[in-house]
Amino acid sequence: MSGDNIFTGLVEEHQGDARWAFGTGFTDALAGVDTTLPAGVDGADLALYCQMLGDDALVQAQRLVQWVTDAPELEEEVALANIALDLLGQARLLLARAGQADGTGRDEDAFAYRRAAHEFRNVRLTEAPRGDFAHAVVTLLVLSGQRLALFGRLADSTDPVLAAIAAKGVNELAYHREYAVSWALRLGDGTPYSHERMVEAVADVWPLTGELFATHPVEARLAAQGAAVDPATVRDEVHAVLTRVFTEATLAAPAPFPEGTVAGRDGRHTPALAPLLDELQKVAREHPEATW
Amino acid sequence: MTVTQEARPGADDAFQADFDAKIAADQRIEPRDWMPEAYRRTLVRQVSQHAHSEIIGMQPEGDWIASAPSLRRKAILLAKVQDEAGHGLYLYAAAETLGVDRSDLTTRLIEGRQKYSSIFNYPSLNFADVGVIGWLVDGAAICNQVPLCRSSFGPYARAMVRICKEESFHQRQGYELLMRMMEGTEGQRRMVQDAVDRWWWPSLMMFGPPDADSPNTAQSMAWRIKRDTNDDLRQKFVDMSVPQAEKLGVTLPDPELAWNDERGHYDFGEPDWVEFKQVVSGAGPKNAERIARRRAAHEKGAWVREAATAYAAKQAAKARTTTNLQEASA
Repeated sequence: MSGDNIFTGLVEEHQGDARWAFGTGFTDALAGVDTTLPAGVDGADLALYCQMLGDDALVQAQRLVQWVTDAPELEEEVALANIALDLLGQARLLLARAGQADGTGRDEDAFAYRRAAHEFRNVRLTEAPRGDFAHAVVTLLVLSGQRLALFGRLADSTDPVLAAIAAKGVNELAYHREYAVSWALRLGDGTPYSHERMVEAVADVWPLTGELFATHPVEARLAAQGAAVDPATVRDEVHAVLTRVFTEATLAAPAPFPEGTVAGRDGRHTPALAPLLDELQKVAREHPEATW
Repeated sequence: MTVTQEARPGADDAFQADFDAKIAADQRIEPRDWMPEAYRRTLVRQVSQHAHSEIIGMQPEGDWIASAPSLRRKAILLAKVQDEAGHGLYLYAAAETLGVDRSDLTTRLIEGRQKYSSIFNYPSLNFADVGVIGWLVDGAAICNQVPLCRSSFGPYARAMVRICKEESFHQRQGYELLMRMMEGTEGQRRMVQDAVDRWWWPSLMMFGPPDADSPNTAQSMAWRIKRDTNDDLRQKFVDMSVPQAEKLGVTLPDPELAWNDERGHYDFGEPDWVEFKQVVSGAGPKNAERIARRRAAHEKGAWVREAATAYAAKQAAKARTTTNLQEASA
């Protein structure tokens, strides 16, 4: 390899270089997938559902990015960035699908950058302030556990695009959960201090978990048609997984998930979301005519 | 483990002759080979400073991940910053083959006892900085690092091969972002020119002081842990960057920049070496903040690392108990 070649390569035309850094292959996960809406499925419903799952991923990724240059160890910087990157990839596909489904043709950026907080459909746990590393671990454990259970079933969705996104996402989410479990064990069964931090994190996170399993009418309608998964149906499975992890981590068995009501899925958020979106959207909004 | 002179007293001359012959034949020195203590020390300094640069270098761009103006740019930038953490990890691992400990190197960084590339002590003020850092800063880094793929120290040379490949992706993403912005709105073009104006001179300083003022260069070149002089690399970088700037449509902020037919190179102005010395010695715009952030992350994370260590010890003890029980019952 010579320095000259690397440099002259720059001023030549790029030959469809898809890869800008490790993990940015950006291969089309939906290549060859039929994008027509399944018969009988309401496009507006499907678009909202895609936003729910897409916003969960986007907002969670935005929180995880806050660990970059702030993690306890370099390996954790890499791992958390990697998880954020996976979620960002899922969000992009889901938001693009939302724009197809509602007939507006809006792209992923139109959803990410040009909606107000009340138009976001994420559950509120994803927007909760970052907290310490124990909070990050518990939050990731719960969110990845729920999402993995959803995506496992969604791989059979009657919507071929959702099915493809879920099939790809399952492997990513299995890793996210495994990472969270490995740290739940270390922190829970590490030092008395780390154990205490885990207990506090669980206490802080738990009140927000009920919403993850509350069924929105859109989810109910689409689930009845086989296009979506009713989150209430994964509640027991997710709880069982957490119970095993908590026991192994020497933590008290988790309380049942509280009875949740739909909130974020209807655009009702905590005060934490607006500043998160301000940061996400500020450059794009300052240059409304620009492309990047 | 490194075999040092102390390990085999009396045999220095033969070891030294063997080492010299390997260097002369352009062969690699490996961690188990005998090496002069000064060679080892110089490499520890060079490799660990390089590792620290990767880690501190995550900050100026990392600041823009949250606000990247498209999801594609956000993903690219996040992946790039993640790569830099990975580069830091390979380089710390290469340094550890020289008998030092990563946690000790981290302590030296956060206590300000070891340096990192001064370029990262400048602020990143607008989103075009992400592109210019990729184009010029990563470009200058590649210029510096490609020759290091032939460093005489094997683990460093091998780490550099992988790092250079990834850096070339990083450089291209930066240049591609700038191309897109220059084709965009007037506001975007202004952002790019502003970023170029601020990063051009610090990029030239990345090659280090002029040769006449670089005391370590001669010895490092003799040991083949450095392959070109600072001024040679700086010239090469200028020669490569000027046509790229023209293609982009930006002006490089140097009125003395002109093609010299006789030399076959571009002439260029003198960087502000007074500013360079100030930034190297810790008085740059962001020195204190960069180190403070790294230190804060490290200190805040102490309880997490302690928990991981305690957990690993408990697991190891459990495994021993199980083995003992199995042996007892056998």
